[in-house]
Amino acid sequence: MTRSAPLAVEATGLAKSFGSTRAVAGIDLAVPAGTIYGVLGPNGAGKTTTIRMLATLIPPDAGSARVLGHDIATDADAVRGLVSLTGQLASVDEELTGRENLVLLGRLLGHGRAAARDRADELLTAFGIAEAAAKLVKHYSGGMRRRLDIAASLVVTPQLMFLDEPTTGLDPRSRNQVWEIARALVAEGTTILLCTQYLEEADQLADGIVVIDRGQVIAEGTPGQLKASVGSGSLRVRLLAPDQRAEAARVLERAVGAVVLDPDPASLSAACADPGRAALGVAELARAGVGLADFSLDQPSLDEVFLSLTGHAADASSRTLEEQPS
Amino acid sequence: MTATTTAPDAADTAAVRRAIASTARPARPGPLSTALTFGWRGMLKVKHVPEQLLDVTITPVMFLLMFTYLFGGAIAGSTSAYLDYTLPGLLVMSVLFTTVYSGVSLNTDMTKGVVDRFRSLPIWRPAPLLGSLLGDSVRYVIAGTVIIVVGVALGFRPEGGPLGAVAALGLVVVFSFGLSWVFSVLGLLLRSPNAVMNAGFMGIFPLTFLSNVFVDPATLPGPLQAFVDVNPISILATASRSLMAGDPDGTAIVTSLVVAALLAAVFLPLTTRLYRSR
Repeated sequence: MTRSAPLAVEATGLAKSFGSTRAVAGIDLAVPAGTIYGVLGPNGAGKTTTIRMLATLIPPDAGSARVLGHDIATDADAVRGLVSLTGQLASVDEELTGRENLVLLGRLLGHGRAAARDRADELLTAFGIAEAAAKLVKHYSGGMRRRLDIAASLVVTPQLMFLDEPTTGLDPRSRNQVWEIARALVAEGTTILLCTQYLEEADQLADGIVVIDRGQVIAEGTPGQLKASVGSGSLRVRLLAPDQRAEAARVLERAVGAVVLDPDPASLSAACADPGRAALGVAELARAGVGLADFSLDQPSLDEVFLSLTGHAADASSRTLEEQPS
Repeated sequence: MTATTTAPDAADTAAVRRAIASTARPARPGPLSTALTFGWRGMLKVKHVPEQLLDVTITPVMFLLMFTYLFGGAIAGSTSAYLDYTLPGLLVMSVLFTTVYSGVSLNTDMTKGVVDRFRSLPIWRPAPLLGSLLGDSVRYVIAGTVIIVVGVALGFRPEGGPLGAVAALGLVVVFSFGLSWVFSVLGLLLRSPNAVMNAGFMGIFPLTFLSNVFVDPATLPGPLQAFVDVNPISILATASRSLMAGDPDGTAIVTSLVVAALLAAVFLPLTTRLYRSR
């Protein structure tokens, strides 16, 4: 990352406690303008609390931050004029229609009646919600609701957008759409601060990532650096005939790396960070006459990132989320 | 990946890019216009869920029918005499019950993320609260009007005429503005809409019955009568009765307004502070 780029978010020592719980225990952030910056961590790591402080929803107990050059404590109103919130922390009104939601926000942001309606229709069409515009939001599907949520943040194009867990609970197709929208936003010059518990999501979108755990930053870097520091992903193969597993293990051990036998008698994995090496391993298996039902190059999971960075696993609740099909 | 040909149920990335390319920012709206926009939001909710008005209108109408025809004769000698006595009080009850729902709907809002979106907007801070109260006042007027109309249909003919009835309704609505801040505080403090409803009615229900809404306190035992006489709901009912009778009771009217102002003076700042910190 180039330090010379202007910073959209610059935080030092941000801290916040709720009762005796230290939700955020001194976080420093430097988010370059015009990028997607990922904040990666399990549930309860302090991601949402950090965003709530930066978006001026709650005051920090200690530390300071400047958002787009404005101090969040002394110049909160200026910050609010330049940012938008989307995701699990800011939402839309379920008891109104999609269109009413967008017109309401347009009016609150200062558009006249006609301008607010025009903007609402433009966004509804762009986000593929035009047909459901007159339906109450509580009847929307998850993907549609999330798109409306994002559209609501764009009624006036923000300079900085907080995206909090934008794809949690979405099917793969809806998730890909949210990613497309995020990329389009950055291409138009908006900075995005993305909170996620999916390493894959941060890897797909973010230019830089901080990993936080228990309210503190435990690692920082590009997705590539982070994955390299974690060590490897793995090449996972599933055999047509389980009795060839010993043979397959010998081949992979030689061509790729340390082999782990899976509980499934037809599967095994080899530690592997380099896709080229993985391809070689698959080719060697074919040459040795081992029939494959399936193979995949798996990324290290958030759990593995955590295990290697902290020595402890991400907490149980995030592990169950991690196991959702991606 | 280009997304120029997308199904209707999908975002069109090119159109999204066009839509966000314009970064023009309209001038910020004034406080009043912002509050009115939130009032419009409240009205839309009534439009989408008209059933919520049934809750607040049916109970008082039930009370009206029950008390008039079951107890009216026994209490006041005839049902028509009792209707004349109790209707101005039932107007008070029906509108005050509606104020509990202001707290309930605020609590419902707080449990949803939409409040965070409002709080992250560059708008005048108390606007969402004032605006929803403006929307609620429409509910107050509807609840009050229903009671008066049903009363007239049953034979209620106030001396003060339509003007007296409108004046009484106006006074009760103004009082409700003050009282609703109490329920707003409850709405911000308690965990669920149901808890707000229960706590609200646990307070307003006995207070309404321990007033002169249903019976003339002259027959009550001394200590109870003393309480009923100072109960603000009695004073408001007395004021409403006097306006409908065409013989305004200045003391009761002014006292009602002062109580409303005091309630607002204490609970409005409390509400805005709680709203900001939650």
